[in-house]
Amino acid sequence: MNIMEGAFVINIAVCLKQVPDTSEVRLDPKTNTLKREGIPSIINPYDAHALEEALTLRDQVGGQVIVLSMGPPQAVQSLKKAISYGADRAILLTDRVFAGSDTLATSYILTGALQKLMQEEPIDLILCGKQAIDGDTAQVGPGIASRLGWPLLTYVSKVEKISPQAREIMVHRKLEEGREVLRASLPALLTVVKEINEIRYAPLPDLIRGATYAVEIWNNEDLHLDPTQLGLKGSPTWVSKTGTPPLREKGEMLGKDQASSAQIASLLAERLIPDIVVPNR
Amino acid sequence: MSQKNKKKQDIALAKESSPSKDKAMKDKKLERWASIPHEFEAIVVGGGPAGLSAAYTLAKGGVKTLLIERGDFPGSKNVMGGVLYSYPTAQVFPDFWKKAPLERPIIEQRAYLLAEDSAITAGFKDNRFFEEPYNNFTVFRGRFDKWMAGEAMEAGALLVSETVVTDLLYEGEGTGKKVVGVITNREEGTVRGHVVLLCEGANSILAQRAGLQEDLSPGDLACAVKEVIKLPKGAIEERFNVEKGQGVTIELLGEATLGMFGMGWIYTNKDTLSVGVGVMINELSRRGLNPNTVLEKMKNHPALRPLLVEGETVEYLAKIIPEGGYKQVPKLYSNGVLVCGDTAMLVNGVHREGSNLAMTSGKMAAETVIEAKAKGDFSAEALKRYKERLEDSFVLKDLKKYQNVSGLMQTNPHFFTVYPNMARQAAQELFTVNNVPKKEKQKKIIRDIRKKRSLTQIAGDLYRIWRTFG
Repeated sequence: MNIMEGAFVINIAVCLKQVPDTSEVRLDPKTNTLKREGIPSIINPYDAHALEEALTLRDQVGGQVIVLSMGPPQAVQSLKKAISYGADRAILLTDRVFAGSDTLATSYILTGALQKLMQEEPIDLILCGKQAIDGDTAQVGPGIASRLGWPLLTYVSKVEKISPQAREIMVHRKLEEGREVLRASLPALLTVVKEINEIRYAPLPDLIRGATYAVEIWNNEDLHLDPTQLGLKGSPTWVSKTGTPPLREKGEMLGKDQASSAQIASLLAERLIPDIVVPNR
Repeated sequence: MSQKNKKKQDIALAKESSPSKDKAMKDKKLERWASIPHEFEAIVVGGGPAGLSAAYTLAKGGVKTLLIERGDFPGSKNVMGGVLYSYPTAQVFPDFWKKAPLERPIIEQRAYLLAEDSAITAGFKDNRFFEEPYNNFTVFRGRFDKWMAGEAMEAGALLVSETVVTDLLYEGEGTGKKVVGVITNREEGTVRGHVVLLCEGANSILAQRAGLQEDLSPGDLACAVKEVIKLPKGAIEERFNVEKGQGVTIELLGEATLGMFGMGWIYTNKDTLSVGVGVMINELSRRGLNPNTVLEKMKNHPALRPLLVEGETVEYLAKIIPEGGYKQVPKLYSNGVLVCGDTAMLVNGVHREGSNLAMTSGKMAAETVIEAKAKGDFSAEALKRYKERLEDSFVLKDLKKYQNVSGLMQTNPHFFTVYPNMARQAAQELFTVNNVPKKEKQKKIIRDIRKKRSLTQIAGDLYRIWRTFG
């Protein structure tokens, strides 16, 4: 059996956000707002890893990678960049009525676009970054999955296997306490962490294709979405204040003067048991 | 098939390649690449002043152009002292000052001859330089070149960044051997082009490999280092005695380079200063000095220190400057290839001009290519017009005029040590009020001078300078 034959290919949609390169952003100390002037825009780094995973899966299994972004007209730059990595198709969702959307409205718009796309051809997998580096909410990917009613797998660090004919995917999730291996049915939505892959150095023809590619532009006349759920009107979130979080306090060092590891361990246990971190059995 | 085995096979299918799968993957790529251009009329290597001026002029002239840049974007790796000349820039981009990101128009140029603890200064200030078409501007190459690249792309040039051209692609043998494209460091990285413009800066491996340029020696190259120093608001106007938005340049000679052949500078940007120094590499190695040390000492000179007070260094840059001059200009053209800008050694060190020569050469190369395209002939014979254009212009005329300067300075190191000190002593004597009659002062000055250098020697120096600069 060869999965390359017949209908056994996967179509993957990647949702990508153009963000200011926060490694170069400084906070205005007086107003506590981001100084965005002159800051270069980049593909949200986690989304770049989502794109890379999509390209790798496509190259292995066959199918196509379609990249979507909602944002201002300048976001075509990031979509052209996605093409230069090897994506097959790129669509920008841009409209004045989308401006000011929070994560709820954004997931509504992206879902609308994905549904329109699925009228043209089936989508087996949606990949997103785990969160954007500017807002850090990690809500848009899960929002799309829940609107579509698809299985949601967050913080994916590895795609163990994908089986288009069995309509199944198995992934590793990176959790604070370890790793979780899960299986889900396709179609599914994954949000990925950086550890999932290393971003490729694409072949030259893909770069030339990126330079010549005309990004498809969809606005609300294409999507026919409910105006009350778009932009500021459709965004219940309001930002009251932004600021830098306080630096995490230094941890306490135990057992510097202790000779043996057993002594250090007992010292540690003495400290942890009263805090009920370790149950005292 | 058991459930367990089936799983294993799925993993195998997903992770391992097979001949049929590799073929399918290749077909998929070919399908993706089917509609992209595989051949260009012109390929420009390097997105600096020369390459961007060439790419823009070519695209405007209807030439199908590919620009290949090594950095993240054109400008990201580009460095210069900081002065952009208005006239030659406007010849490529008319009225550029209305659109491009600039720092300050320069209304005053100063020169400081530094000795230890002292400075003899001269300058020219003209408020008309604060009006269109302006004389020159301070700029940051990073921002200005990004803007030029945008103009070139808008005109129709294709830009590929983060890509290194590793070699030229050739066809034919003997005199018929011609360049027909470039090879890059990327997979499937060969692109064909009727003509290739080498604009990759000083020390071009490609020009050397193509046999157009000889290996360069440390005596042909200067190393320049520069800091961008942020000053408090309003400090530039106050410290440099100018009105809001006006700019000043200061060229620094003598002690600025610790007596080595070279030059230092301070240029005013919007709210920062570009402070740098450039010295011949062979002098640095002879003295065992690091250019950063020279810059640090210069910044501490008492004539400069007050200008830099409370400054915060926000950026640090370095560059190799080709100082070989006219005699080191490589072969500028061959079958299917042209050489521009720093790669062609087009730098006038005496007048600290470089980017304007680069832009002009890029424009002239592009105009030559446009003509060659009309004739369908990209041979050396057709591309020779490029060299003729440069010879007819200020570019090669200026370089020719100063062709012996570098040699003169390198064989007469005392120009940078003896004379600045002599001038200092003379000035000090003259300006110190101590009731000594002026006539005696003059006598003393002449006595001091003759102790350091005889009148015959001085006459010889003057004659050589007149011969070289005149």
